[in-house]
Amino acid sequence: MSGGHSTYSPKTGIGRWIDARMPLPRLVHDSFVSYPVPRNLNYAYTFGGILSIMLVAQILTGVVLAMHYANDTTLAFQSVEKIMRDVNSGWLLRYMHSNGASFFFIAVYIHIMRGLYYGSYKAPRELLWILGCIIYLLMMATGFMGYVLPWGQMSFWGATVITGFFTAIPVVGEWVQQLLLGGFAVDNPTLNRFFALHYLLPFMIAGVVVLHVWALHVVGQTNPTGIEVKSKTDTVAFTPYATIKDGFAMVVFLAVFAYFIFYIPNFLGHPDNYIMADSLKTPAHIVPEWYYLPFYAILRAITFNIGPIDSKLGGVLAMFGSIAVLFIVPWLDTSKVRSAVYRPWYKLFFWIFVINAIFLGWLGSRPAEGAYVIMSQLGTLYYFAFFLVIMPVLGLIETPRRLPNSITEAVLEKNKGGSAHPAGATAAPETRG
Amino acid sequence: MKKVLNGLAAIGFVLAGTAGVALAQEAHNAAEPTHFPIHKPKEMDWTFAGPFGTYDKGQLQRGLKIYKEVCSACHSMDLVAFRTLEDLGYSEAQVKAFAAEYEVQDGPNGDGEMFTRKALPGDHFPSPFPNAIAAAAANNGAAPPDFSLIAKARGVERGFPTFVFDIFTMYASNGPDYIHALLTGYDEQPPAGMEVPEGTHYNPFFIAGKSLAMAKPLSDGQVTYEDGSPETVEQYSRDISAFLMWAAEPHLEARKQTGFAVMIFLVLFAGLIYATKRKVWANAH
Amino acid sequence: MSATDTSEPNRRDFLYVATGMAGVVGAGAIAWPFIDQMRPDASTLAASSIEVDVTSLTPGMSLTVKWRGKPVFIRNRTPEEIKAAQDVPLADLKDTVARNANIAADAQATDIDRTAGKDKENWLVMVGVCTHLGCVPLGQQGDFGGWFCPCHGSHYDTAGRIRKGPAPENLHIPTFQFVSDTMIRIG
Repeated sequence: MSGGHSTYSPKTGIGRWIDARMPLPRLVHDSFVSYPVPRNLNYAYTFGGILSIMLVAQILTGVVLAMHYANDTTLAFQSVEKIMRDVNSGWLLRYMHSNGASFFFIAVYIHIMRGLYYGSYKAPRELLWILGCIIYLLMMATGFMGYVLPWGQMSFWGATVITGFFTAIPVVGEWVQQLLLGGFAVDNPTLNRFFALHYLLPFMIAGVVVLHVWALHVVGQTNPTGIEVKSKTDTVAFTPYATIKDGFAMVVFLAVFAYFIFYIPNFLGHPDNYIMADSLKTPAHIVPEWYYLPFYAILRAITFNIGPIDSKLGGVLAMFGSIAVLFIVPWLDTSKVRSAVYRPWYKLFFWIFVINAIFLGWLGSRPAEGAYVIMSQLGTLYYFAFFLVIMPVLGLIETPRRLPNSITEAVLEKNKGGSAHPAGATAAPETRG
Repeated sequence: MKKVLNGLAAIGFVLAGTAGVALAQEAHNAAEPTHFPIHKPKEMDWTFAGPFGTYDKGQLQRGLKIYKEVCSACHSMDLVAFRTLEDLGYSEAQVKAFAAEYEVQDGPNGDGEMFTRKALPGDHFPSPFPNAIAAAAANNGAAPPDFSLIAKARGVERGFPTFVFDIFTMYASNGPDYIHALLTGYDEQPPAGMEVPEGTHYNPFFIAGKSLAMAKPLSDGQVTYEDGSPETVEQYSRDISAFLMWAAEPHLEARKQTGFAVMIFLVLFAGLIYATKRKVWANAH
Repeated sequence: MSATDTSEPNRRDFLYVATGMAGVVGAGAIAWPFIDQMRPDASTLAASSIEVDVTSLTPGMSLTVKWRGKPVFIRNRTPEEIKAAQDVPLADLKDTVARNANIAADAQATDIDRTAGKDKENWLVMVGVCTHLGCVPLGQQGDFGGWFCPCHGSHYDTAGRIRKGPAPENLHIPTFQFVSDTMIRIG
């Protein structure tokens, strides 16, 4: 996958035998052992690895939960409670899965923000970025359908509201909604198909992840300086350097994950989902899972008609638009410099964007009334302005800071500044030739 | 960098200001409140809170007694099986005897008829009403909620910034705090000018309105305790809240104990792997 | 520098081994819940005891009840059936072990040890699952007037002992007892 020449040479007879027939060990060696990565990657770059173990963890716990789950509106809620009460280690597996979804999203948001900060989407990595956006979309769909399965009040009403988005589409909206639901309201057919799709989509995600990693290994990682790798001294071997660093980050991430599972497993959930779905009683106010809240705030921010588009369709368009805009980010950023490290103004606007996104998330959890609506509108305005105005314009007018000539130079400069390492160490030979 | 920080600070102030305005708007007049509950529940000390929390078995047994003698007249607890009462410190024989005090429907028998029999430990608590519609009909149209998960299905929103602190204090007692507050909150009088709908009872701690259909269910001395605990509404409320927490989360103790071992392991493993990482990267610089 | 050079490899090796071992222990520990969840759950284990009223079973009548998801044959045997079973010498049996969960594991397959015991020799309580590959045998059929498994042709006698065919063992007898003269508790 790495594109370059392979350095793999099997030492044993059986190794050569396999290599001649199906060079899988060679592929693994070239992709995850000898594969060169920039030597200056920081911990923000470990979230790709963290995401892959989260995907594996979600699939494993999910398959096991499916062994006990009953996919029927009369049984679903009880079967989840049976998992929580009677199945051996069931409470652990279920809390791992439900909190795992949240931590999957925490990791993906950090991963996306890292990409935005260091300009990882810029040429030649547009396809890599777009594949990432597709994974994110699939994750959203999977997470949404998974939340419906316990058949609690929030499951039911969340499904009702989200499938209701489609009724905003002119002419065919109603038809599309009925197609999704398999009826006139969320009911058994909906639950059945959501379960089937919830089981399928993670494997599709895994497939796109393979493409994502493939694309990554063709163009290589970016790095905090945003300068392309120029010489061998700019890189280190994936194993052991990146693997051990990723490993450390994973364990720390898992520790935080475990803290939630074991001590506050319901912190990220909603109490109403411990009430069985009731199609005749809507909860006082419906909120989606926290990871959709910023988009929910954008949906509700459009309270006015825009020309011929009424506010309902406008809200849905704004919400889908807020995700769609991510796909064209590589062409919106006009800057010649990739990394925010050398772009003081972009850095400022980026951090405002992050705070604004969190702020929108908080607004999404508030009732849609009074000042919250106005604040959501301001937040939505900034969200779109960041991509559609700030990114293209800033790239043209901003004066970037001086770039180092190479990654190695940047590392040396940093070490000189920090002086954590003796001068002699910088001249140490590379372990990987 | 300083400029950046100043910029961020300015943004922060603006946001805090607008949020303040919003919160001020939420403030309501006393007679016609629009946000519920009117009072937030008081945070109680629970034995099961915190990283090493465990249930107080005596308290759970008292709670069970209250459930049986008071609550179970209207509230079902469908998901809880008698056999799990061994968690409360009862022996197998005691659980069997306890279950035998209930009758459950079984069948069909050889003639195809349904019949009632004494409950066995494997059975669940029988419901006081045959179905939800009957329950609603017998209670002025408001079916009393099932109690199996009530301690996890209720929780007053904590609000910003408390909910952030809750991560670090491991606060997870929203449910029992709410139940305790509700049960002890009946004695407050509605503020002047408030109209309480007929057939409902004012309670400023009720999560979904100013009053609820359930009348004050507990009074001092109503349930006899054998272990000398005070027979007061306050004590009853604590005991039933703790019991309902157990009913909703029976594996809480195992969860926290496993969690401690897992956390210790992960911290040690993180230390080891960090040391390894330092050693490996020493070559690269 | 040279001093650290000699001691460093050992310390480093130890660190690598310790980290690797911790990783293996962690992976093993996390694998456990995934295996553990496959075991029968608490509700399945709890439903493992049933009580059966046998008042209406006169000699020559059988009842099949479900216990742990399997059929259990309860038969009130006729005097002829009892006599036939008692007359079989142990040497004629393919499996000479009683397979009775209520008595010693190595007890011999005499007729009395296959039944509910003294004064209740007429009562036969057996798990109705052929010991060959798990089919349900048909009652009062086969060469010995007991049970016959149609799947692969195993013949059991009137005490449920295997006499002919591929099955290796006598029909198993579950844990049971008479809680009263007319009530049997299985499990």
